[in-house]
Parts: sequence; C-alpha cells; structure tokens
Amino acid sequence: MIPDYALADIFAFLMALSVLVYAILDGYDLGVGLLLPMNNEQHRDKMIASIGPFWDANETWLVLAVGLLLIAFPTAHSYILKALYLPAAVMLIGLILRGVAFDFRAKVRPGRKRTWDHVFKIGSLLATASQGYMLGAYVMGFEQSLGAIIFSLLSAVGVTMAYILIGASWLIMKTEQDLQQRAIRWATRASMVSFVGILAVCVVNPLINEQVMSRWTTAPSAYLFAMIPVLCFMFLTLQVLVLRRLPLANDEGCWLPFVLTTLVFLTCFAGLGVSFYPYVVPGVMTFTEAASAPDSLRFILYGALVVIPCILAYTVFSYRVFWGKVRDLTYY
Amino acid sequence: MADVFMLSRIQFAANISFHILFPTITIALCWLLCYFKVRFHLSGHPVWMRIYRFWVKVFALTFALGVVSGITMSFQFGTNWPGFMETVGNIAGPLLGYEVLTAFFLEATFLGIMLFGINRVPPWVHTLATFIVAIGTSLSAFWILALNSWMQTPTGHEIIDGVVHAKDWWAIIFNPSFPYRFAHMLIASGLTACFLMAGISAYRIKRGDNKKAPQLSLKTALTAAALLAPLQVFVGDLHGLNTFEHQPQKVAAMEGVWDTTEGAPLLLFAVPDETERTNHFEVPIPNLASVILTHDPNGTIRGLNEFKGEHPPVKPVFYGFRLMVGLGLLMLAMAWLGSFYAWRKPAMPGWLLSGLVAMTFSGWLATLAGWYVTEVGRQPYLVTGILKTADAVTDVHPGNVWLSLSAYLTVYAVLLVAYIRTLFLMARRSVEIEEIQPHEHDNPFRQARPADTAPLAQPGGSK
Repeated sequence: MIPDYALADIFAFLMALSVLVYAILDGYDLGVGLLLPMNNEQHRDKMIASIGPFWDANETWLVLAVGLLLIAFPTAHSYILKALYLPAAVMLIGLILRGVAFDFRAKVRPGRKRTWDHVFKIGSLLATASQGYMLGAYVMGFEQSLGAIIFSLLSAVGVTMAYILIGASWLIMKTEQDLQQRAIRWATRASMVSFVGILAVCVVNPLINEQVMSRWTTAPSAYLFAMIPVLCFMFLTLQVLVLRRLPLANDEGCWLPFVLTTLVFLTCFAGLGVSFYPYVVPGVMTFTEAASAPDSLRFILYGALVVIPCILAYTVFSYRVFWGKVRDLTYY
Repeated sequence: MADVFMLSRIQFAANISFHILFPTITIALCWLLCYFKVRFHLSGHPVWMRIYRFWVKVFALTFALGVVSGITMSFQFGTNWPGFMETVGNIAGPLLGYEVLTAFFLEATFLGIMLFGINRVPPWVHTLATFIVAIGTSLSAFWILALNSWMQTPTGHEIIDGVVHAKDWWAIIFNPSFPYRFAHMLIASGLTACFLMAGISAYRIKRGDNKKAPQLSLKTALTAAALLAPLQVFVGDLHGLNTFEHQPQKVAAMEGVWDTTEGAPLLLFAVPDETERTNHFEVPIPNLASVILTHDPNGTIRGLNEFKGEHPPVKPVFYGFRLMVGLGLLMLAMAWLGSFYAWRKPAMPGWLLSGLVAMTFSGWLATLAGWYVTEVGRQPYLVTGILKTADAVTDVHPGNVWLSLSAYLTVYAVLLVAYIRTLFLMARRSVEIEEIQPHEHDNPFRQARPADTAPLAQPGGSK
C-alpha cells in the first residue's frame, strides 16, 4: 500500500517523466517539421517518412502529461492553463495543422502537396514556439511584465533551437548521403545556438527567482547540483566535436548526436526540476497542495503501474520494426 | 455581446462536435478493415487487399483528424471549465487517465505499424496490428462513454465538502445509462462508417469505375448497415426507456410534453414555445408516446412543467431528436433497399446510387443530432444533480475566448472542407491508391474519362 503523502511525489515524477519523454520524442518530429526544406521535395518526403510511424504516439505523451496534470493536480492544471490560455490555444492549432498535414500532403492533388508541406512547417513552428513561450512564462512565474514577455520570447527561440537540434540529430541517424550531410550542418548550427541559450537561462533563472538562487547556492547539495550544468555543457561540447567528424565510414556513430542531444535534454530538464521542486506552480502551489483525493490517485496509479511497462514494451517493438535508415515512402 | 459562459459553451460544443465526427468513423471503420484483411487471408483474392488499401488511407486521414481535434479537449477542461475538475475531478480524472493509458498509446503505436509496416512485419503481425488498433479505438469509446454516462446518471460516489469522491468504481463505470449509451454509440459508429463506405463506393460506380472493389465494398457496407440499422432502432428504444427512468425531464423535452399527461401523443412535428410553455402546429399520433415509453396507451409521461427551472431548453432537444430518428429511419430504408439490389445482382439503379452518395455523411448528422439531444438534454446540469454548467465556468477574459474560438472555428471549417474534398478526390484516384498494376490500366471495361487518366499515368508518387 502506498502512503498518501508519497502519492503527490509519485505523480509529480510520472508527470515530469512524460513531459521529458514528450520533449524528446515529439521534439524530434517537430524539429524535423521545422527543418523541412522547401526547395527539395525528395528531402521533404524522406524527412516526413522518417517520422511518419511515430508522431502520433509521440504526441500522446503530451496528452498523458496534461492528463496527469489534470488528474493528479487539477487546481494547478486550471491555474497554469488559464495563465497560458492563448499560447496553449496557439500550440493546439499548431499541433492540429501539423498532424493533419501529414495525411493531406500524401492524398491531395500533386499541385497542392507543397501547400500542405508549408502547413506542416508552420504548424510545427507554432507548436514549438508556443511551447517555448509557455516554458518561459512558467519559469517567470506567469508574471505579466515586459521583462517576462521578453524572456518568454527568448525561451521560444531557445526551445525551437533545441527541437531543431534533436530533429537534425534524428535525421543524421535515419538518413544517408546528401540529406544526412545537410542534417549534420543543421545540427552543428543548432548546437552552438543552444549552447548560448542554455547558458542564458542558467544565468537569468537564479537571478530572477530567489528560491531558485538559494537552491543552487546552498551547500552541500549545491555541489551535487552543480554537476547538472557541467554535464550539460560537456555533452554539448562533445556534440560539436562529434558533428565535426561525421559522417564516418560505414556510417559508424550516426546515432551519437541523438544520444548526446537526449542527454542534453535530460540535464536541462533535471536543472529545471531541481530549481522548482516541490512547486508545481513556481512560488504559488506545491505538488502536495494541488493533489487530488488519494483514493482516486491510487486507482489510477495501480493501473498505470501495469500499463506503462506495456506501453514501453510495444513502443520499443515499434521502434525495432522501423529500425535503421528510412526507406522510400510506402504507405498502406 | 456574449459572456464567457456562452463563449466557453460554444467553444466546447464546436470542439467536441468537430472531434466526434472522426472517431465516429474510425471506431467502426477499423473493424471493417479487420474484416477485409481477414477475408484476404482466407481467400487470397487481391480485391480484398485493394479494398483494404483504399479504406486504410481513408482511415489514416480520419484518424489523424480525430487525434489532433481530441487533444484540445483535455486542455479546455482546465482552461474553460475549471469547476468541472474541482468538483468531479476525482471521478473524471481516472476515467480520462485510463483512456490515455489503455487506448491512446495502444492505437497510436500500432497505427504506425498498420500504416507503414506492411513490408517490415510478417502478414499476421500486420493483421494483428489492425486488430489492436480496432480494440484501441473501441476501448477509447468505452472510457469516454463511461465518463459521459456517469455525468448523465451519476452513481457510486459520495460528496464530501462539495467535492465528489469515488466510492465504488464498478458502479461508477457501469452506471445505469452506460451500457445503453455505449451500445447506441458503437452502432451509430457502425452505421456512419457503413454509409460513408457506401456513399464513396456508389460515387465511384456512378463515375464509371466498374472494377470489383467498389461493388464489393458497397455490398459489404450496405449489408452491414442493413443488419445494424434495425439493431439501432431496438437499442435506441432501450436507451430511451433508460433515459425516461433516470432523466424524465430530458424525455419530456424530446417529446415536447409540457403538462404531465396520461396517454401522451407522439408528435411527428410541432413548434415548441418556451415562453408560452406550449406547442404550435402539432402533428400528433394519439397515445403513441405513452405506448413507446410506458408500453401502456394510457401511461403517464411527466411534463416539463414539473421541472420548471430544472429542465433543458426544449427546442434543440425536440428538433434534434426528430432529426436523429428521421435520419435513422431513412438509413434503415436505404440500407434494406440497397442490400436488396446488391444481393439480387441486377445493376443498382442510378437514383439509388445518387441517393447513397447524398447520404455519405448522413451518419454524421444523425450522430451529432443524437449527441445534441443527450448533452443539451442534461442542461442546466453539467453533472446531473451535482454540478450546474454555469457553476463550472472559467473566469478567463472573454476577449481571449473570442480569439481562441474564432481561430478554432476557422481551422475547423477549412479542415472539414479539405477532408470532404479529399475523400472524393481519393475516390477519383482510386486506381492509383489501390495500386492497380500498369497493365491493368488498359482494362477496356474501365470507362475512364480523359481527365482521369492523366494522374494515373504516374503511379506511386504518393506516400
């Protein structure tokens, strides 16, 4: 039997996990959407084929994350989403456009395909930028000042860069020849911009938020936490070095950028977690305060403990089915 | 100028109405795909695979629209209806959570294998993936209808300090109206998918496509519809009796009964007037409403005046119910007539084909009408007897809701037009989609028009 006091933390962990998995998985396919080159239809076909079998399941992690927020922390759900009402609406419209463009582009008259590719790209951009904006607003505690809006806009650029980085890393792994070389160039540029962006957040975040500042500067835990940014920048540096040497003979190490980007995502996410735990709304509401009734949480948790391993198992199965370089588009 | 309450209601209604169009098709269409796949395995005849190839593409498009329009809902609970989760979150949360955990991931993951994996997995795994997606879509319907039915007829809970807590999950899920609503919705989905398939196939035949695939899919769809339509009349009647027992005010609005009446007539048509609390232009059949609802010509039907201030707006419920039943009966007639021709083998007359094309989306209309009856019929409550809709609404600035609402409406209108046009375009490009081999293009029996042949000259090219 799981005690009541642990439930809020367990659900906070599960929710954080689904946000992280979402950012990595939908991150790469939104990134691919952002990168769609409008001057090369073959590349576009290949790129979209590389994410075709996965995007729907990837997006489901967002539904799970928002669902867990709704289920486990309903007051926080309405607080956060009311504060983010318009950017959330923009994100949803972006996700709608991106999701339907997948199918329309393959089924409409040949002349219209390009239009839907534009829709694909714009949808990906709307979704990505609004997610970044929402992250910035969240970090700023939903302040309405000019400074907060500027920070949120910068955060929108930062998340867009991060998704481009992971999208390009995905393409390096899944494609060959000239598209792969193009992806390497994309990834290199995105790594450098991401480096600057993450550095900016590391500096600004503690400065604007006392609680965050004390968390990162109070010994002895601060020594441990200091590892997080150190690791993050180490991975990014390693990323740039690896990208310089790719592609290698026999395409060895083509998976390295994706793994390194995932590690960068992981460390950034851990940094945010360290900064804000135990608050679900920074400075306003803790996970425990926002949690719903223990009986309902337990009912869903026992189910989740059975179902989540199954989800992981068949997700792995699906990735194994589509293992290796993307083949030409066959759509049944 | 509408307030945030009305705007939020319109926005939620617009979102959920747009959303339900697509699951209504995919829930049943996936089972039809399983049927085609199994027929192919059993007979080895390529025509079954061609039918599958065509309809799996329709399925993919429809499914994508369903997925993306569904996501907006889970956001709106918090943004526009915070009172809903604050009051009944302990019930609604887990039911929605189980839908995500057991259905969404399952269908999304195996959909990838179903759509793109046919050359990467053994045939039986591919068929299995199709089955799993079908199970996923139906499971999703199970959870969401459990929640909706609980909102109509709540049981298995207790209220502590104004907040609902779960007492008995079995009673919550299998609440009194759930079995009827679930069956009614699954059959509605079956009829919607069948009439879509019949309409598109009839369109192909009308355009001179005399290959076997459209004939066979037309026959399959009409036969399934001919079996499902009478079943739906029966289940719908049971559902009505269940509503009569648990939500008499909804039935009173459906039947347009103002004063409690013994031997109430069935109104074929009327214009309900809520200010004068009476009907104009009634076309009644004496005692029939009482016979249907109480199985007694003089049975009592409680009128709306017994529920003053606690009953739904009458007009939408009254008209919605007539639209649903009228369409249902028309579908029954068309399905039987169509099946008669399909099985007796003479070529189907042109007017019948045109009728079927006209009824391609009749399932959508009937389903929407039915949902409006049941959802508007629950008003003024959001959760019957527990939470009024007005008490759940947000305090977001109305201007923001205006903005989001107009953006959603624009996107939905464009997508709906694009969806319908693409379906008929796919019907015209069926030869390409079914992957008919080049030498088959020269089929002298195919009455291809010159305009049709141009895109067919370049097979492949689409994903």
